[in-house]
This record gives sequence, C-alpha cells and structure tokens, in this order.
Amino acid sequence: MKYAAPTTIDEARTLLAGDAGAIVFAGATDVVPQMRAGRPEPSMVIDLKKIDRLMSVSLDGDTWQVGAAAPSSALTSNAAFAADFPGLTEAAGLIGSDQIQNRSSLGGNLCNASPAADSVPALVVNDAVAVIAAADGERRVPVADVVTGPGQTSLAHDEIVVCFELARPAGGTSDAYLRLIPRTEMDIAVVGAGVRLTLDDSGNVSAAAVALGAVAPTVVRVPAAEAALVGSSLDDTALAAAAAAASDACNPIDDKRGTINYRRQVAGVLTRRAAGIAADRIRTRNGQNGAS
Amino acid sequence: MSTTEAPPSTGTNGNGASGYRWVGTRPVRHDGLDKVAGKARYAADLNLPGMLYGHILRSPHPHARIVSIDTSAAEGMPGVKAVVTGADFPEAPPKGATRNLMCTVIARDTVLYSGHAVAAVAASTRREAKAAAEAIEVTYELLPHVLNISDAMADDAPVLHDNLFTRGVEPRPTEPSNIAARTVYERGDVEQGFAEADIVIEREFSTQAVHQGYIEPHACVVDCDQEGKAVIWASSQGHFMVRSSTATVLGWDTSRIKVIPAEIGGGFGGKTTIYIEPVAALLSTKSGRPVKIVMSREDVFRATGPAPGAIIKMKVGARDDGTITTAKAWLAYENGAFQGIAAMLGCMCVVSAYTLDHLYVEGFDVVLNRPVNVAYRAPSAPAAAFAMDSMVDEIAERVGIDPIDLRIQNCPSQGDPTPYGPKWPMIGLRECLEAIRDSDHYQSELPEGQGRGVASGFWFNIGEASSATVNLNENGTATVITGSPDIGGSRASMALMAAEELGLDVHLIQPVVGDTEVVGFTDVTEGSRATFATGMAVVEACRDLKEQLRKRAAKTWDCDVEEVEWVDGSAVHGPGEQEPLTLAAITGNAKRTGGPLGATASLNARGAGPAFSVQVADVSVDQETGRVTVERYTTAQDAGTAIHPSYVEGQMQGGVVQGIGWALNEEYIYSDDGNLENPGFLDYRIPVASDLPMIETCIVEVPNPSHPYGVRGVGEVGIVPPLPVMANAVADATGVRISDLPLSPPRVLEALTAAES
Ligand SMILES: Cc1cc2nc3c(=O)[nH]c(=O)nc-3n(C[C@H](O)[C@H](O)[C@H](O)COP(=O)(O)OP(=O)(O)OC[C@H]3O[C@@H](n4cnc5c(N)ncnc54)[C@H](O)[C@@H]3O)c2cc1C
Repeated sequence: MKYAAPTTIDEARTLLAGDAGAIVFAGATDVVPQMRAGRPEPSMVIDLKKIDRLMSVSLDGDTWQVGAAAPSSALTSNAAFAADFPGLTEAAGLIGSDQIQNRSSLGGNLCNASPAADSVPALVVNDAVAVIAAADGERRVPVADVVTGPGQTSLAHDEIVVCFELARPAGGTSDAYLRLIPRTEMDIAVVGAGVRLTLDDSGNVSAAAVALGAVAPTVVRVPAAEAALVGSSLDDTALAAAAAAASDACNPIDDKRGTINYRRQVAGVLTRRAAGIAADRIRTRNGQNGAS
Repeated sequence: MSTTEAPPSTGTNGNGASGYRWVGTRPVRHDGLDKVAGKARYAADLNLPGMLYGHILRSPHPHARIVSIDTSAAEGMPGVKAVVTGADFPEAPPKGATRNLMCTVIARDTVLYSGHAVAAVAASTRREAKAAAEAIEVTYELLPHVLNISDAMADDAPVLHDNLFTRGVEPRPTEPSNIAARTVYERGDVEQGFAEADIVIEREFSTQAVHQGYIEPHACVVDCDQEGKAVIWASSQGHFMVRSSTATVLGWDTSRIKVIPAEIGGGFGGKTTIYIEPVAALLSTKSGRPVKIVMSREDVFRATGPAPGAIIKMKVGARDDGTITTAKAWLAYENGAFQGIAAMLGCMCVVSAYTLDHLYVEGFDVVLNRPVNVAYRAPSAPAAAFAMDSMVDEIAERVGIDPIDLRIQNCPSQGDPTPYGPKWPMIGLRECLEAIRDSDHYQSELPEGQGRGVASGFWFNIGEASSATVNLNENGTATVITGSPDIGGSRASMALMAAEELGLDVHLIQPVVGDTEVVGFTDVTEGSRATFATGMAVVEACRDLKEQLRKRAAKTWDCDVEEVEWVDGSAVHGPGEQEPLTLAAITGNAKRTGGPLGATASLNARGAGPAFSVQVADVSVDQETGRVTVERYTTAQDAGTAIHPSYVEGQMQGGVVQGIGWALNEEYIYSDDGNLENPGFLDYRIPVASDLPMIETCIVEVPNPSHPYGVRGVGEVGIVPPLPVMANAVADATGVRISDLPLSPPRVLEALTAAES
C-alpha cells in the first residue's frame, strides 16, 4: 500500500485517475477502522490534508466555504461559523470524541455514505452545495444528491469533494440537529434529525427544512413535515403534524441499533424537538438584536 | 517525580478508626507512573528476535461437524512456518472439565459456536499468517443450533453433547440433553409459607449475556526450545493457571513450562482461563521460533467470555408488617458450549441478602451454541439479585415501608443460616444498609421528575493458595514478591501491609509480581482474594522476618532475644541499655550476623469474609425516547478493612459502572444463523465516561476476623446491585416495572408505550 500527500487538487486527481485501486482520505476515521475490519486494502491512500483549499474554512462575501478535509474542530472552534449554523456545528461536534474531531471531516462524513452520518442532515437542511473537482473542472452538486445509497456516492473514481458552500442564513433563520444514541458519545445515531426554520416578524414559520438520518438508505428530506410547519406559529398541532410526517417518512431497517418502530417513533420526537430548538435560537437572537 | 519520595500523606483511613501507620493511607501506587507514562509492558508489547505471528482460524458456524481440514494450500503460502489443527493436540477425554478446556482451545470433531478455534498458522508477518489461515479449507457438515435457554431446554432441542445427562435428577435421565445439571437448595416448607403470607408476588425475569469488556485483548508470546521447554509471556489473572492449563491441553509436564506474567490490561474474571497459549506453544514447537498471538477485538467478543444470560422465575411471600418469609425460585443460566456451574452459583446467591423461613431454589445449567462462560465479577450473582431485589422493591411498595428499612428488617447477621448451608460469619450487610440510609444521597430530596432505586448484593469471596517472598536488601529496603497478578492495585496493598508489619516507609518497599519459577504457587487473582489471601502470605513472611531481625539485634547486642522488641521499624532493647537498631542498620550488617534476610510464606487462606454492597441511584427517563440517564449514584460496600482506600473505591466504582452497563445497554446480539452481530465496542455498548456521574462511595469497615488486618475482598460485589438498582429506579421514575434487561431505549420506550395503551 502506497501513501501520497499531494499539495494540489490537480495532483490528487491525477494520482487517483492513474490508479483504480487508490482512495483518498481526510481524517481516515472511517477508512482505518474499515481496513481493520477486513475491507480490502487499497493500493494507494491519498492524504487530502496537505491541500490548503480543502483545509480552510472562510467566509467569502455571503457564502461560507468549508474545506472538505477540514477537521470538525475547525468548525466547533469558529465562533462566527457556529453563530450562523449552530445546528450544523452541533452535528460536527457530535462526531466521535475530541480526538476524532481533530481528524474527522465533513467531506469524509458525507463520502463515507453512511445513512447515519451526523453532519449530513444538517448540511441538507442548510442547502449546502458540494463543490466537486472533476476531470473537466469543478461542478456543484446539492449535498442531498451526493449519496446514492449506503456506501455509494454519485462521485466518479477520480472526483474529489473540494469544499461545501453554505449561503449565510437570512435574518430570522436558524437550525438545530438532534440525534438519539443510547450512550452520550462514541456511538452511532439510531435516528438523527436536522431542522432549519425561518420565522417572520410575527413569529410564524415562513420557511422550513427537515431532514432525517439513519431512518432510510440515504438522508431523507421530509417535505410533508416542512409543509406542516410553514405558516404555523409552531403550535402543538403543527409540531405534532410535523412529527407524524417525519415518522411516516421513515423507511428504516430493523437492526442491532434499533427496531423499525423505535426509529419511526423517535424520528417524530426529534423532529419536533429540533424545530423547537431552532425556533428558540431565532427568538433569542431576535431578542438580543431588539435589546441592542 | 521519583517513586522513593515520601508518600503524599493524605493519611485518611477508609472509614474506620485503625491506629495503623500505613494501612488505610493512600500512597501513589508503585506501578502507577509506568502505567500513565505508557511504559508498562503488556503481553502484546513483547517482541523477540525471529518471532513469528500466529493467526487462529475460527468457525463461521455455530454448530457443525468438521468433516475435513485441508491445510496444504496454507502450508505453501509465503512466510508460513507452521500450521496446526485439532489433530496436532492430544486427544481429549470424553467429558469433564479437562475436555471442556481442551476443546475450547481448539475444536476437535465438532465446532460448538461461531468463533470456535479450528486451526492456526504461524508466519513471518501478521498479514501472511492471516492470509494463510484463510486459505485453510475446512469442510463442515452443518448441525442445527440453539442460542437461548428456552430453545436449548426444549424437548426437541438439538443436543450439543450426546454424552451429557442431567446431573441432580433422580432417576438419572436416559436421554442426553442440554441441561447439564440441576441444583436445589431448600429449607422449611414453601407451600406453608405462601399459605401463611399476606402478600405473594410472582414474576419472571431475564438478563442477557455480557462480556467482561477488558480493554486489553488476550495476548501471548511463547518460545519453545529444542529440549521441549517453553517460556510463555502472557496477560492473565494467574500465571500458575496458565502453566497448568497449558500443560493440560498439551499433555505436557508442568515443569516444562515457565510463565512470565505480563502487565494485565483488565480481566474482571475473563482472564481466569486460557485460549491461545497452547496454540502458540505448538506453533513454536513446530517452527522452532517464538510465536506471538494477539486476539483481535472481534475474536475477543466471538470466542472469549461471556458472563451468562439467565431466566429467573420467582415467587416471594411476605407478611403485612414487611417480614419476608418465603421464596421460591427457578433459575436457568446459560453455560455456553460446555457445562459450568453458573446456575449453582445463582442458586446460592439469589436470596442471600435476606433471612427466610421457607425457601426452595432450583437451578438449571444449560449448554448452548455460544462460547463457554467465564467468570465476571461475582459470577451469576447480578442476575439473581436483579430478580430478588426487584421483588423486594415491590413488596416494600405494597406494605408501604421504606425500601432500605424493609431490607434492614429482613437482613441476616452473624449466626443466621445461609441459604446454602453454613452459618453467616461476621458480615456487614446491616452496616451497609445503614450507611446508605444515612448517606447524603438517600437523605436528599429526589429531584422533580426523577426516580430513585436501591438494592443490595452479596458475594462469597474466596481464599485459596498464595505465596509470598519478602527479601530485605542491604540498604534497608524490602522487595515483596508475590504470585498474584495485579489487576486492581494489589501491589500497593501488599506494600502497605509489609510497611505496616516492618515499620518501613511504603516507598522503601518494592512490590513485584514474580514468575512461576521465582515465587511459590499462587492461585488465580479471582474471588476478590489477592489482598486477602496473598496479603496474608505477605504478613506471615514479614512476621517471620521480624523474628529474624530481633534475633540479629540480640546477636549484635549479645543479649537474649526476648529482650528485643520490634517497634516502628527498629529493634529496641527492652532494658534500655542499647541504642535502637534500625532495619537498615541490621541489614547493612547482615553479613556479620548470619547472612541476608529473607522469608517466604505459602498458605491456603481460610476464612474469606463474605462481601455485601448496598447502592442507590437517581435516574431520569426520557418518556418519549426511553433513554435512561443516571443522575446520581452512591455505593456502600463492606471492605472489612480498606488497606488502600483509593483502590477500594476504584473497585467499588468499577463494579458499579460495569453493572450499570449490564443493566442499561450491554447485550450480545446474535443473528438467526448464530453469528454475533456486535463484536466490537461500537455496538456492544459499555458505558463511556460521559454517561455517568461520579460514583459516590462509602467504605464500610466490618473487619474480617480471619485476616490479620481484617480484610475482606472488594473486587466483585459492587457489580451485583446495579441491575436491580437501575430497574427499581426506572420503575420509580415511570411507574412501569421492566423485568427484562437491558433497559435500552427501545425496550424502555416499548414498555412505556405498552403501559399507556
Ligand atoms: C470512534 C469513532 C466515533 C465516530 N463517531 C461518529 C459519530 O458520532 N457520527 C458520525 O457521523 N460519524 C462518526 N464516526 C465516523 C467518522 O469519524 C466520520 O464519518 C467522519 O466524519 C469521517 O471523516 P474522515 O475525514 O475521517 O473520513 P475518512 O475516513 O478520511 O474518509 C471517509 C470516506 O470518505 C472518502 N473521502 C474523504 N474525503 C473525501 C473527499 N474530499 N472527496 C471524496 N471522497 C472523500 C474516503 O475515500 C472514504 O471513503 C466515528 C468514527 C470513529 C472511529
């Protein structure tokens, strides 16, 4: 097994294109355990962490550019980013432990294509766009379209996710992410729920996005739950309807991590709770703005 | 920092008034710096010149006949130096403990669980060994399998051993079955007891098999020479056990084998047996090279442990005034692939924390297609306590008596009969109950929305054989060599007892775990026995040394030895005509007074003091997701005397944490085809640090009269109460009593949802 540490995207892509058995890695927090568990060894591992653009987190006008290989800790320690996307930051801060978060990346979390990946529902509700380096230049793909099934992505062998573009949220907007794990950390989501809301001046929901993890082969967006929330004042009836829609949208499996029924029930509960947290965040921020 | 510095003299005793200078203090452990600095050497750390790596091929089937094994392809693979199969090992006797051990190490004609060792390869690299092992062709004839107690006990169950006839049933059965043994304990007349009771409750409980969860996988390096001698470096709870077990499996004389104990990274009972050493020994013999075998985590889960799951049906009778009079219990315990004594132990423990007029306890040991049980802290007691202490809680509720008061009202004390025969010696159950009753935790108001649960637990503790050698060095320091692997701070405890006896600063004492050729025979570190039994040997050797020291002083002073006293580390002349002689002065002059000073003691320790623990927890339950959060937890445990209170507390806390894991999330998940689906710490969920509050401890000291310092063992009983404590706390928080473990979020939510409708 060879190791390569290119410093440019082109170099990385050329290495990939030249070796059908090569893979890229960022934190390798998925790659190494998978190899240990008996996955066939790649002929070459290409380290993405020496490429500046993949490591940087920056605000470019009204768009955040999050390097696909930047560690979770680069987000959780970035106060400006966390203020714009508290839910996504929360999701990145749930992955593994401090040690893992100093390595693990959003690019890896997405491209590993686990249905339970924590950051993906939070990326999806924020309409994140993956910038992909391809043979004929860069293409931009909504994050929701990158993963096609467990362990499967729409990326060609020689394509690399460079960064994620996230438009700064409009006023009155915030997000939240909640997951259910039996323990408090070092575990895999049995259910994950990301919610983003926009509230108008009277406190009614003017826009909503809901995405669930670990309840279907890929992260699922739940338009019915979004519809139940939009126009409401987040009253109990609307929240219950959103929860029911989330439960209905689940297409889970019965496995060692949870039963179908359990996942359905909890998907609704977490959707309702995450909506409540997102709304509280907006109200708190509005309150602070009003006071200043 | 130097280990010869004066101890950080916090000087706090456990709880008791002692008057001791060293016993009951909390010096930094002698092996601590090496451990935190990563210098301690575990078995997998050793590498020898020319060493090969062994890889064991394991069965993918839970039950199958081995039709043939073809190793020819593997033998031709790169780097391969030796291949062994069951046929290379001596024939196993038709039944009994020896067969069980031999056939656990490597399968003969039949594999009895997925993960059962079938063949092994030694090669120059790990990868080559693995690749070659996978190239061994095994032809299996699949047999039907059974994975749980009810299936295994059914009349039409596939039978694991056609020569296993239930023991303890009259007349002896004529058909073999998976029920290895039936055990009964009885007293009084239960039917009369129930007839006279005001309250009778009947319930059924189940617990799941769990793994000991030690961090360090089993590992060994074995080097066999041309004369047929073997040196084994291994991580275990007892290197003399490794020696005798390896000899048994190989049919060798024990004197051919020397075992050097590696530092141990956790055992909790799981390293009281062997799996890999005889395999490495044969591979080493065949190849003429040292061979290392290190299990993967997956191997550890599939082929070692577990502690058994159990089904327990109980009926308990009590009077309106809260006196519990009668209990009838039916217990069935998994044994794994070979028979053990799990149910027998469960029967002995199930009602031990209570006095009863009438009891009938019947237990069944059941074999099934899982790895064979191994000890885990107070084996079998947790499931038994789960059943009994859940019922006791219901009784307390029914009669309206505080659950601790009810337990005090029904608790045995010295002279009362145990359920299994003998009378209780001096025990501290009542004191533990009172300690919890009076604790800040129990006295505090339960926060809104939370539930509180209490329970008690019992464990026997044991004595067994131990040896110690204490050598005084010429500079006035001492070396204490024992045969007990240090799995929980026992080096520090040995040093403290030697310090107390000799009157020497504890940091002038070097405690050492000696190999099988430098120290006398010592049984496994199990049954909470090391500080008790090996400690006794250390004290005995030190007392012998004190006699020698007095004689040397008498010789120096040319006086009668009766005139010499040993006081605070010095020989003191009774009549006062001589200046005291320090220990260092005597050892420095030893050549002129008769040579070096050393003493050895070997003994079979009698009078192990039974252990009790009482615990309380506050929990909150997320009613919508079924997640249980432990908010506060306090444990009281009778230590007899706490030699090193910090490590006593560590044992108490460790037991509690493992018990909480067992209660909340740990379980083996098998697929229908008999393969373990969660052979790793991701999906086999032991608690992580952030899951728990600091476990508050309260050391109770009711000295054990059989030990020179009053020691009882403290290593095990802490794991017994948490199962019923958690169940009782969840019942208090939700109003729903769950009698099947684990109390995982899906199980709790299901129970809450069912209770609602
Ligand atoms: C102890 C532990 C705990 C964990 N806990 C969690 C958790 O709580 N939640 C969770 O979601 N995950 C968890 N994980 C999984 C893992 O840490 C995350 O998925 C992490 O985000 C992966 O990032 P990485 O950079 O380490 O990925 P890597 O392992 O480097 O890569 C993962 C996959 O993505 C591909 N890849 C990586 N970067 C790119 C790129 N830029 N372009 C194209 N393909 C790429 C790789 O080829 C590989 O297939 C845990 C892992 C461990 C070991």
